[in-house]
Amino acid sequence: MNFLANLGRVVLALLAETGRVTLFTRDALIQGLTPTIYFRQIFDQLMKIGYNSLLVVGLTAFFTGGALALQIYLGSSRFNAESLVASIVALGITRELGPVFAGIMVAGRVGSSIAAELGTMRVTEQIDALVTLATNPFKYLVGPRIVACVISLPILVGIADIIGVMGGYIVGTRSLGFNSYAYIKNTVDFLKLDDVTSGLIKAAVFGFIIAIMGCYHGFNSRGGAQGVGRATINAVVSSAILILAANFVLTSFLFKN
Amino acid sequence: MAQEPHIVLSDVRKAFGRKHVLNGLDVSVDKGRSLVVIGGSGTGKSVMIKTILGIIRPDSGSIRVAGEEVVGLKGAARDRYLSRFGMLFQGAALFDSLPVWQNVAFGLIQGRKMNRARARDIAIEKMAQVGLGPEVGQLYPAELSGGMQKRVGLARAIAADPEIIFFDEPTTGLDPIMADVINNLIVDSVRRLGSTTISITHDMASARKIADDIAMIYKGRIIWHGPADTIDTSGNDYVDQFIHGRAEGPIQMEVLKP
Ligand SMILES: Nc1ncnc2c1ncn2[C@@H]1O[C@H](COP(=O)(O)OP(=O)(O)OP(=O)(O)O)[C@@H](O)[C@H]1O
Ligand SMILES: [Mg+2]
Repeated sequence: MNFLANLGRVVLALLAETGRVTLFTRDALIQGLTPTIYFRQIFDQLMKIGYNSLLVVGLTAFFTGGALALQIYLGSSRFNAESLVASIVALGITRELGPVFAGIMVAGRVGSSIAAELGTMRVTEQIDALVTLATNPFKYLVGPRIVACVISLPILVGIADIIGVMGGYIVGTRSLGFNSYAYIKNTVDFLKLDDVTSGLIKAAVFGFIIAIMGCYHGFNSRGGAQGVGRATINAVVSSAILILAANFVLTSFLFKN
Repeated sequence: MAQEPHIVLSDVRKAFGRKHVLNGLDVSVDKGRSLVVIGGSGTGKSVMIKTILGIIRPDSGSIRVAGEEVVGLKGAARDRYLSRFGMLFQGAALFDSLPVWQNVAFGLIQGRKMNRARARDIAIEKMAQVGLGPEVGQLYPAELSGGMQKRVGLARAIAADPEIIFFDEPTTGLDPIMADVINNLIVDSVRRLGSTTISITHDMASARKIADDIAMIYKGRIIWHGPADTIDTSGNDYVDQFIHGRAEGPIQMEVLKP
């Protein structure tokens, strides 16, 4: 009985939270993405979110590409299918691992900083102060972060794709004995535009998720430093989970045929 | 017919969960007058001001400003309404990502779309009025002392020469001399701009100096409201206890209860 009651409570809490996030998302879209547009804020956020994530995303992609090449080589050598390494690395990176890993890394780096920054602004009444200065916090804070995330992530993933394939290439040619020309030719011949664009579409969706979860948890933080800490954790965890869930849904839609 | 007061709150109620903070609060301020609200810690003074600004939505009651009902204003109407206000927050609430001068100029640049160079000049002028030199303008809020932050908050509140200004504890954290400078500044804003102001303070010296009228809040209601010069002869035990700062009296601090 007690177990059922607890289960019910959790389900109800989850539904309530979903409702609140939905309402927040609606406000973010309706208020945050309509004029007035704060271009200076968008630019600042692009720098903070996009440019400053380059290194993290690049390193992640590089090592992922390398590890992928090794694994696929080991696996495919069981069937004498080593020639597939280059093309499968490229596919894996562009379709799945590039966007997902970049999304998760950016969720950790950017989602947390958005939640912490807005959370601190909330508990120190800076968001209220914005309101009294006749500035809508959705337009000034949320909108620019959404725009910056949605623009940055596809660019980051595009770069991650290149670096990831390069990681595979370096491992392939330096330690697996592939011919450099053949590796590149294999990659280029096999890869289709769709593989890349599907990854970029995913990336844009992930960017949206990161911005919304960061802003939502930041806006709703309560109770001082502890509350901000909680908001930060919740932003990262929820955006990571939502990214993985969205990835699954998007994969099943984008690659239906 | 006598003109309606500039700000009128009638029967405003607000509870946070089970905690009733405002319990049918009635108060009004005439245009161009300065009201000081006094009252113990946690009695709802800051919440009262926030309901007028729409930062906190009252559960019931009416708030009229310049003859218009303002509870529940939205969108552009709300922005227009808020652009008539200046507000000094109790904790200053400066934007810590912006240098001091941009904090002061924020309402001018973002709210009024003034060009940055002009807004900056005005910001520096307002900072001078609160005793801060132009070199402070380049610093970030985190680099200032608490009292300096308060003064920056004050400069930000008056930057746009608003019609209505709220000061939430303007002199707490300031030395007595600077406190008096700030008192003068508040008096001056009211005279020069004709602003209507509501100030919250625990500092009776400050209250006497800046108030035209004083209202005392207790348990979420106004229990006394009158001209500042009658506060010593109010005949109200609560007011007497408060202005003389006695631990004994009708107001029992929670800590004293056995
Ligand atoms: N957002 C909120 N959520 C829950 N409770 C709140 C909130 N804001 C204020 N309160 C509660 O309302 C009561 C009144 O708070 P308020 O800040 O108005 O006090 P105050 O009169 O300004 O006190 P002080 O003189 O110490 O500043 C407090 O008990 C506080 O706990
Ligand atoms: Mg207060």
